[in-house]
Amino acid sequence: MELYRLTAHEIHQLLQKKEVSSEEVTMSVISRIEEVEPKVNGYIETTFDPALDTARAVDKRIARGDEIRPLTGIPIAIKDNMCTQGIKTTCSSRTLHNFIPPYDATVVKRLKEVDAVIIGKTNMDEFAMGSSTETSFYGPTRNPCNLDYVPGGTSGGSAAVVAAHETIIALGSDTGGSIRQPASFCGVVGLKPTYGRVSRFGLIAYASSFDQIGPVTKDVTDAALLMKVISGYDSADSTSVKNDVPDYLNYLEEDLKNIKIGIPIEYFAEGIDPEVKSAVLQAINLISGIGAQCENISMPHTEYAIPCYYILVTSEASSNLARYDGVQYGLRKEEKNLIGMYRATRSEGFGDEVKRRIMLGTYALSAGYYDAYYLKAQKVRTLIKQDFDKAFEKYDALITPVSPFPAFKIGEKMNDPLQMYLADIYTVTINLAGVPAISIPCGFSKDGLPIGLQIVCKPFDEHTLFKIAFALEKSLGRAKK
Amino acid sequence: MAYEAVIGLEVHVQLATKSKLFCGCRTEFANAPNSQVCPVCLGLPGVLPVMNQEALKLALTAATALQCDVLPLNRFARKNYFYPDLPKAYQISQYDEPLAKSGYIDILVNGQSRKIGITRVHIEEDAGKLIHAEEFVDPDKSFVDYNRCGTPLIEIVSEPDMRTPEEAYEYLVVLKQILEYTKISDCNMEEGSLRCDANVSVRPKGTTELGTKAEVKNMNSFRGVRDALTYEIKRQIDTLEEGGRIVQETRLFDSRTKRTDSMRGKEEAHDYRYFPEPDLPPLEIDPEWLTAIRQKMPELPQAKKLRFKQEYSLSDEEVTVLTQNRALADFFEKCTKSYPMAKIVGNWVKGEVLANLSANNQQIEDSRLTPAALVSLLKLIDEGKISGKIAKEVLTEIFATGKSPEKIVEEKGMVQISEEGALTGIIEEVLAANPQPVAEYRAGKTKALGFLVGQIMKASKGQANPGIVNQLLRNKLEV
Amino acid sequence: MNISRNKVEHLAALARLELSDEEIEKFSHQLTDILNYAEKINQLDTGAVEPTAHAVPLKNVLREDEVKPSLLRETVLANAPDAGEEYFKVPKVIYSS
Repeated sequence: MELYRLTAHEIHQLLQKKEVSSEEVTMSVISRIEEVEPKVNGYIETTFDPALDTARAVDKRIARGDEIRPLTGIPIAIKDNMCTQGIKTTCSSRTLHNFIPPYDATVVKRLKEVDAVIIGKTNMDEFAMGSSTETSFYGPTRNPCNLDYVPGGTSGGSAAVVAAHETIIALGSDTGGSIRQPASFCGVVGLKPTYGRVSRFGLIAYASSFDQIGPVTKDVTDAALLMKVISGYDSADSTSVKNDVPDYLNYLEEDLKNIKIGIPIEYFAEGIDPEVKSAVLQAINLISGIGAQCENISMPHTEYAIPCYYILVTSEASSNLARYDGVQYGLRKEEKNLIGMYRATRSEGFGDEVKRRIMLGTYALSAGYYDAYYLKAQKVRTLIKQDFDKAFEKYDALITPVSPFPAFKIGEKMNDPLQMYLADIYTVTINLAGVPAISIPCGFSKDGLPIGLQIVCKPFDEHTLFKIAFALEKSLGRAKK
Repeated sequence: MAYEAVIGLEVHVQLATKSKLFCGCRTEFANAPNSQVCPVCLGLPGVLPVMNQEALKLALTAATALQCDVLPLNRFARKNYFYPDLPKAYQISQYDEPLAKSGYIDILVNGQSRKIGITRVHIEEDAGKLIHAEEFVDPDKSFVDYNRCGTPLIEIVSEPDMRTPEEAYEYLVVLKQILEYTKISDCNMEEGSLRCDANVSVRPKGTTELGTKAEVKNMNSFRGVRDALTYEIKRQIDTLEEGGRIVQETRLFDSRTKRTDSMRGKEEAHDYRYFPEPDLPPLEIDPEWLTAIRQKMPELPQAKKLRFKQEYSLSDEEVTVLTQNRALADFFEKCTKSYPMAKIVGNWVKGEVLANLSANNQQIEDSRLTPAALVSLLKLIDEGKISGKIAKEVLTEIFATGKSPEKIVEEKGMVQISEEGALTGIIEEVLAANPQPVAEYRAGKTKALGFLVGQIMKASKGQANPGIVNQLLRNKLEV
Repeated sequence: MNISRNKVEHLAALARLELSDEEIEKFSHQLTDILNYAEKINQLDTGAVEPTAHAVPLKNVLREDEVKPSLLRETVLANAPDAGEEYFKVPKVIYSS
């Protein structure tokens, strides 16, 4: 049996029945990594020794007859923008190439509490800026479905290692689609939770009012299991919310009768690849067939989402990334005077895309431009959010494509940043509104590249997302490679 | 031409919380560098701030005590600039939605009362400390200590309502008193818990248009503020008189030379790019919090002065000294509860008690003197058991040992000698040893009496009752 | 809307970046393109619209004034590019803040 191909819930059963050990599962994943990682480049750092230590400790406890939690002993990969105490955390940036955090992110702490087996840190676009994992200081990650293609981004490493079975489950982060788009490009499941659902403490900030951590998994059930562990209020994050976290597994088997789904027409307008459109529409037909009511709706402010999003995130980013100045940690280029040191350090520490976004954000916040850009964009954000509020008065969920096209070739879109930004159109609206959304595979292009669809619900309605996604996943049959 | 100065002050005050503004690190002044820091106040990648509610309460108390309007919605903002003492390269502060606006305090200068407006009060975090000391081995480097980073501050910005360095000085004295009375801050300037920058300009007297201002920094005492302003006002007037122009700039005060110098060329133009802090939700100030704060507000210095004057019939000067801090005023009042002669208590407190405190470099609350002890001491004088002079010695002994006055008097045998028998012996000895003054007195030079009394007191080690000595001496000499 | 080379250099100075000549040229074009596209939001009338700072509205998130342990100095300085005598070191700064 190739243990690395299993899901977390399957392995959990086997561990409980003592049919396999966590060490065997971990070893299986490690040999898989050793076999395919040179081609994929999904990891920045692997942590096999501590992983095996955790696995063996778990096995001892199982042997002793201890109860185990659903993720106990399960290998998990963590995007390299979440702080791991004693383990290098780089954000795929040269500026943090040697940064070893003295603390764990809250999500990491929660994973350690249930004895999940942290197997490594995954590649990403530098500081989560990009759409293809090509802006990484550690080189691009390749799409396991076709190595000439990008895995998407910015959680491209997490999506690729899940798709390539180099881990059982993974964590990604999503600011404007960074979990959902790579999940759709790699044919796996990815969920961006409601803003405030999962603690951001220890997540290296890109755009603070957008960033959320979420699961990247092989199926919907695993996403539900991982969500249960990482969600919930954290007193260290002032933007985390106190709402109870339901047991998501309980909702999976519910039927879709009385579920009303809106199909926003703006998400199927010009610019969408016909193959993507038809795959998503077929899935919508399928879901109508199993009881849900689907209707077209309009979300009129969708076309303003990209400029609104990019003004706000680059502004926040220009401030969040100011701290990488060579004083306390990370790269420093020595110079005689302080300003010279700052400028040399930051210019060598950051890549092209990061510099571009810092410049944009600096502009949007600078004297004389704040009202025209930042404040205006915050007001447009209100209008976009109101589109969603209105839609959810009538509908339980929305279904849309994730990306206008399937994975593209490595290098294909690197020279035109604006075109790259425009491709985020279906995902950034969700972060602007702060609502939860899941990406699940719904088909393949004729080139054999995965296509995903996105289900969106109202804030803190992740259980409805899981219910619809699970039903759809069952109907579609699991998109296995 | 006659000029007048226009002065506004920006005062940063450290709030007296146990932990920092956004993390659990201690705020206590620490000597060991980089020993009171954590990932949050170090601004490490990934950390987030969580607001200290005690800091909010203290800031609201300050706003209320300064008669400000508290804004119902408060927001934090990021002030972006690069400096090695600022680990995130932004300071979490407040910008266009501050804690409070439009307050005032009353000051008294040359017997005249003046109302000085408070523009705004806002909450912000402190930065670390940069040390450029030559004593370090590495002269090409500056050294950074982040202990102070994240300490809660309020910034109190005054209106440009002051016209003289004396008014600025008085404003600071009164402000400090209010902050101490309300226990908002310990206002220790040496440890940096109260800092002041000044904006100053001059204009021809009688005009209303504001001149170009200079910002003066680096004053580390109230006297320093006064000296810096005195120098800076003269410099600006001289410049204008000589046909020069004032440039808008930051100037640093040197407490050694008492001069201000331009930071010329060393500072770049700033564009702070303020925007709302996305990591902190806004504060909606509940009117009930303010009601509770008002109810618990202690008597403020001005009200206390007025009451002391009326209730105890004290002079302005006495009241000013006795209310200089809340602990001293409380001490005075406690004494008067069991010893209602306020004038006498007042004289002792503002004289001997303060002298002892200053000699010991202490505040009344850290000293060993209790109101009960002072009252006992005064009663010993009244009962004729000790002289006023002995009482002063006993007081010093109380400060040193904390023993009760009765015990000190007993142990040291300091009881006043009033019995005729004991005194006659001493008097006779002194008269025998000083025939010259005795003769002078008898010849009508009454001044000699004082000398003889002094000799007798000396011979009795100060224990003789001076009233009785006088009486006995006269009797003896006039026989 | 045109982001001139001068403007690019000014922004780079504010953001403490040092750009090569080619970078200045490239960013001048790219920022111009992106910002011209961003002008789109000005088509919307937002006169009566409140700005949204957070998608999920929260307020008054406060913690108790409690002291928690700080880090060991050794840990604090562990990642420092230059440290010594218990301090972080930076190139000499000639003026104080």
